[in-house]
Amino acid sequence: MTGAEIRSFLEQAIQENPVMLFMKGTPDQPACGFSMRTSAALNSLGVKYAALDILPDPRIRQELSEISQWPTIPQLFVDGKLVGGCDIVTEMYETGELAELLGVEQPEEEPEAPAHGGAGDEQAPSSPPLGIENRLS
Amino acid sequence: MPSPDELKSRIEAALPGSQVAVEDLTGGGDHFRAEIVSERFEGLSRIDQHKLVYDVFGAEVGGPIHALSLKTSTPGGSQ
Repeated sequence: MTGAEIRSFLEQAIQENPVMLFMKGTPDQPACGFSMRTSAALNSLGVKYAALDILPDPRIRQELSEISQWPTIPQLFVDGKLVGGCDIVTEMYETGELAELLGVEQPEEEPEAPAHGGAGDEQAPSSPPLGIENRLS
Repeated sequence: MPSPDELKSRIEAALPGSQVAVEDLTGGGDHFRAEIVSERFEGLSRIDQHKLVYDVFGAEVGGPIHALSLKTSTPGGSQ
């Protein structure tokens, strides 16, 4: 896959998925605390979202940051528009703005890390919402 | 290796009149958190506020500065 192909794949993913999260690892097995907190916020709102692991190829992150002009991972896109990374998503979750943006009810409790995501957990992970990760690898 | 003081002065230079506090989250010189109050953020979305700060460091964010966590606000309000 060339860089240009990766870029058009990413652009398509952003367009086709109303809630699109680019992260390190997967919602079930996040590979970074920032990615974990961001997907945990989405999980606790109960919204469906697509997640793409950027780790399999360094060019994914490179191309993504070119598209978004945003340097770090995770990156959350809603309706084709960059909402932000971990800080913004967490802040918006706490203020209820994220629930509003996604058109869902704000839950009572704080976002928690998924209990089944930890290292050494023997349970089979449940499949992520749209499971498009690894399509690039 | 960047220091919190270096990050602070670079942000202050780029956003004159801003109040900046930077801490090194891990002590390792690569994970930072910055809280910035600046009039320049007035009328901007969070994403554009954060981009203004990220732009100060360019490719260093994601490189030597592995993570830069931001909290931005304006003198007048929470946003």
